[in-house]
Amino acid sequence: MDKKWIGYQLPESELAVERGRLRFFAKVIGETDPVYTEIEAARAAGYRDLPAPPTFLFAAELDSGTVNALLDTLEIPVEKLLHAEQGFTYHKPVCAGDRITVRSRIAEIYEKKGGALEFALTTSQASNDNGELVAEMRTLLVCRN
Amino acid sequence: MLTNSKISGSCNAEVGQELPALELRPVNRTTLALFAGASGDHNAVHIDLDFARRAGMPDVFAHGMLGMAWIGRLLTRWRPQSRLRRFDVRFQGITHLGDAITCRGKLVERLQHSGEECALIEVSATNQFGQTKIVGDAVVALG
Repeated sequence: MDKKWIGYQLPESELAVERGRLRFFAKVIGETDPVYTEIEAARAAGYRDLPAPPTFLFAAELDSGTVNALLDTLEIPVEKLLHAEQGFTYHKPVCAGDRITVRSRIAEIYEKKGGALEFALTTSQASNDNGELVAEMRTLLVCRN
Repeated sequence: MLTNSKISGSCNAEVGQELPALELRPVNRTTLALFAGASGDHNAVHIDLDFARRAGMPDVFAHGMLGMAWIGRLLTRWRPQSRLRRFDVRFQGITHLGDAITCRGKLVERLQHSGEECALIEVSATNQFGQTKIVGDAVVALG
């Protein structure tokens, strides 16, 4: 990985948060709380629509192709890629009907074990239609050479 | 009322307290295929055995984010998601087919976070052999 990419701003991603996708996600992870699948339960819990679960926003840059573009940029072959760390900081709820924009930059590139492991840290900001910051994300990827 | 709810909140959130564990069924290929679609992570190493073998893996394996989503469930069934302030994990080991994951959480500290009374929860995901796959922590407002 070329360290010249430190500071590089990735193309922004837009994720339209949809009820159907949220219900699919909830079903796959085995979520049983009706807040995540039934509008009435979500509204009774104070949400304007179905809430996106805590890790859902990671989909934004996968759907948009930004993650693949990042791997191409850093020349990380997908078969050598592992997800090392992931973090979220939450500011506002994200619900079905929201259109979320994610902007990321490559914050750090470093290696360990004499280059056997190369790491890339990206930091992201997710904002809603009103331009409000809803979440921040931190993704550490590792390339196993 | 507010005072009462604060007192009861405190009583239910003592340092050392463990969250009710979340036990998952063993990981199978169907779950990985569906999670690829739901999460947007279509990396073939999780869904295509031939690709996984070419990548030097014995078989497909679980997305790290599937395990993190399960830990998210552990947290949001303890306190509503609207109380979750921060959630960070490290993927420590690969979760393989057949791994039956248990997610656990423990309240390790009470702290102030942006002026709010919060709990720091240490979380983990381990398989049936006691091998730890994910470790991390979360900050949950007690309010």
